[in-house]
Amino acid sequence: MSELWQLNGSKLAAMVKAKEVSASEVTESVLARLEEVEGSISSFVTKTPEVARQKAKEVDDAIGAGADPGPLAGVPFALKDIICTKGIRSTASSKILESYVPPYSATVAQRLDSAGLPLVGKTNLDEFAMGSSTENSAFFTTKNPWDIERVPGGSSGGSAASVASGQAVWSIGTDTGGSIRQPAALCGVVGVKPTYGLVSRYGLIAFASSLDQAGPFTRDVRDAALMLGQIAGHDRMDSTSLPDAVPDYVGHLQDGIDGLRIGVVTQLAGEGLQEGVRTRFRESVTILEKLGAQIGEVSLPTFEYGIDVYYLIAPAEASANLARYDGVRFGLRVDGKDALEMNSKTRAEGFGPEVKRRIMLGTYALSAGYYDAYYGKAQKARTLIIRDFERAYQDFDLLISPGSPTTAFRFGEKTDDPLTMYLSDICNVPSSLAGAAAMSVPCGLSPDDGLPVGLQFMAKALDEVTMLKAAYAFEQELGFTDKPPSWNAS
Amino acid sequence: MSAISTEELVTTIGLEIHVELKTATKMFCGCPVGFGGHPNSRVCPVCLGHPGTLPVPNEIAVEYTTKIAMALGCEIAPHSIFHRKNYFYPDMPKNYQISQYDIPIGSHGSVEVEVAGQVHRIGIERVHLEEDTGKSLHVGGGGRIHDAQYSLEDFNRAGTPLVEIVTEPNIADADVAKAFAQDLRSIIEYLGVSDVRMEEGSMRVDANISVAPAGQRGVKLEVKNMNSMRSVHRALLHEEERLKKLVAAGEAIEQATRHWDEKGGSTRPGRTKEFSQDYRYFPEPDLVPIAPAVEWLRQLREELPELPASLRARIVDELGLSPYDASVLTASPKILAFFEEARAVSAGASPKQVANWIANDLAGILAEKGQDVETTTLEPSRLAELVDLVAAGTLSKGLGKKVLAQMIETGKGASQIMSEQGLEQVSDAGALEAVVDQVLDANPDIAARIKAGDEKPFGFIVGAVMRETKGKGNPALINELLRNRLKES
Repeated sequence: MSELWQLNGSKLAAMVKAKEVSASEVTESVLARLEEVEGSISSFVTKTPEVARQKAKEVDDAIGAGADPGPLAGVPFALKDIICTKGIRSTASSKILESYVPPYSATVAQRLDSAGLPLVGKTNLDEFAMGSSTENSAFFTTKNPWDIERVPGGSSGGSAASVASGQAVWSIGTDTGGSIRQPAALCGVVGVKPTYGLVSRYGLIAFASSLDQAGPFTRDVRDAALMLGQIAGHDRMDSTSLPDAVPDYVGHLQDGIDGLRIGVVTQLAGEGLQEGVRTRFRESVTILEKLGAQIGEVSLPTFEYGIDVYYLIAPAEASANLARYDGVRFGLRVDGKDALEMNSKTRAEGFGPEVKRRIMLGTYALSAGYYDAYYGKAQKARTLIIRDFERAYQDFDLLISPGSPTTAFRFGEKTDDPLTMYLSDICNVPSSLAGAAAMSVPCGLSPDDGLPVGLQFMAKALDEVTMLKAAYAFEQELGFTDKPPSWNAS
Repeated sequence: MSAISTEELVTTIGLEIHVELKTATKMFCGCPVGFGGHPNSRVCPVCLGHPGTLPVPNEIAVEYTTKIAMALGCEIAPHSIFHRKNYFYPDMPKNYQISQYDIPIGSHGSVEVEVAGQVHRIGIERVHLEEDTGKSLHVGGGGRIHDAQYSLEDFNRAGTPLVEIVTEPNIADADVAKAFAQDLRSIIEYLGVSDVRMEEGSMRVDANISVAPAGQRGVKLEVKNMNSMRSVHRALLHEEERLKKLVAAGEAIEQATRHWDEKGGSTRPGRTKEFSQDYRYFPEPDLVPIAPAVEWLRQLREELPELPASLRARIVDELGLSPYDASVLTASPKILAFFEEARAVSAGASPKQVANWIANDLAGILAEKGQDVETTTLEPSRLAELVDLVAAGTLSKGLGKKVLAQMIETGKGASQIMSEQGLEQVSDAGALEAVVDQVLDANPDIAARIKAGDEKPFGFIVGAVMRETKGKGNPALINELLRNRLKES
């Protein structure tokens, strides 16, 4: 018999609503599991058991009073620690914000709180979301639940690991150039990067403003659809938030994919893939064909420049976004002889090496005399990538690739060479640059190392409905039920 | 090389004017806009630049800026965008300012300014919208950030909508620069979009000035810290003269910022610009372009109030006022309203008479007290009463001025002061005749000279009669009586 923490979100929410179990019982089960494995996984920068218990009690009280708690109520979740929570410290895994307690909550956090989801904690990440392994956290590394000698991916490593290990039923991460999809692939969970503007960025500590999007990590596609429906939708606090009405994602999951045109992107499915990833990806194509999809190949040459373009645009925006950490109004302050020296010392001590590297890259790319050659050119190339997508969508409804070119790698394996690390997001950056929707779904374990492999679906902007129904059909057909070793240990 | 004479040198001035908009709330958040107040009492996570916060543009600020751009004859951009201007300073919460760069809301405008009867066309390069910074107080170390013992920061002003107006560098001298700045202030006041108070910093004028032989380009100096219209004029006059001397002497000018010292009456050097600051402008990714609907723009243009230039022309035309009076009266909507009300209440005076009293006498008396028509507590109806008394001949013009001064001093009405002090004009021919005779008898030589055709001493005799009547004699009647007397025999 399953423990409560092992069940999926939609199942638990239905049980809570039907009074088969109380929100408090679910929460206690998850909190116990969290403590049980936290010592080996280290997903959390801050644990918030009392916040979770309080919310669970509120939900139980509401149900007791005869109210409908809503479709997600009472099911505990975790938030990436780059999302601001009023009264709960929010660090972005940076020393510069180590003791920062926001005076307000992000819209995403507010919406989930209002929906009755108990918050169990704030998860670890690469400092300011800059990284692909969570090794850039200023505090500690998070371990991959499938193999604690390997990274969980990043930057949302803590969010992915917490869901994969049962420390949270679901969680929220952020994706700027793969930071949800890549760790989802490496941890064997579902991860969705919504269309840019679908989910409010208000309260997301900004890395690259034109790319950042929050999205769910879940254990199945239905939960992802449910969670996305809750966090999506216009927010007047975010000027780039889209006005469109939010579709019923869950309602369309079972529509099927018969006749759907799916394109395999040549540039993302050829060279550089780990053999086991290639094997599982090929099998996934076969499964989709079996489900009635029409599969074709599409060559999108500009995708090869995705990483280059991304590493000019994202650092450029970051160089400005991170300028506010100056020791004046909040966060770390290291004294100096005057305000300017205080500012320099604070930043020198407060930021880690990768963050400094990107601030310098971005500052350089925006500098007079270099702007046209770097930032300006990158923006033009970004437009070309968008055009390649548009071309592909004339013939296809969805595009696919692996969620990551490799399975989880070992700690330290890529830290010496930033470029190698940057390449682990090669499959993910094109849809980020295009502001389009994308997600990673588990497609089995790699035969060469037994670690999870992800399948990435890419969709047109605001076509999450098609993307989710295809992922759902695939998931149901594949029937991936493997769990990390610790899952059944207790 | 022969020395250049200062007369051969040409001055070029460009102005950069910042105007704080008087919207209810700040540019990108809901905090109230205001002046002063307890430090850091009008702040929120957004205007303090807290992590994760985002700007939401104030639509009224966009509207106000568009109005200013329209009033200055600018083209309005169909898609204008915000940029980030990056530089570190402790009173700038995000360490970048949301501003505009290559596509401002308004560009390519112009304004005509009249100085000493000559019309100058001042080009407006751009009108853009940005956010203001907070205020720093550097304690110790000479008040500068370097070496200050500590710095205090007040973010009440941070995020206030700020409009920047940049002229083309085609202003020829300090007189034109001052006249333009005054006209601009007046236009913005009529639009009702800013307090434009230089002393409170809601209007700030910086200037660029260069001096070079005709056809050559001079080194540009930036002049800052001019806190009144008067100091704009003084500072530019001073700087022009200083530069002319240097250039004429063949000395090299170094590009720099200079600060006007009002007390010392001179400019002192600020930081030398060894390298130009690189602001690393790039499009603000947190905001979408401002794309005003054509219909909205049409409506906005229609709703623009009548502006000073048109008002002036109309007043001259319709009421027969002098251009000088018209420009004084239209300098601000408050002065114009004062005039309109006084004129409406006045029973017997012509608009010209009312205008004269306001533009010359009232303005003069108030100026001596360091006040002005805009802020005076004198009611327009009270002034009308006085003007009517003088127009009707009940009070002489000369005593009228004295009465006006007392009205402002005491708050009493003109009739009251007049009757309390018995100042009523004497228009009784019999009574005045006696005085005229008495004066002529006392000055037989002068009377003889006038009779012999010498007009020069006539004024002296009138003055003597006025003195005898303690200023109450009706001057027109005195004139008439004297003429008659001196023609006789």
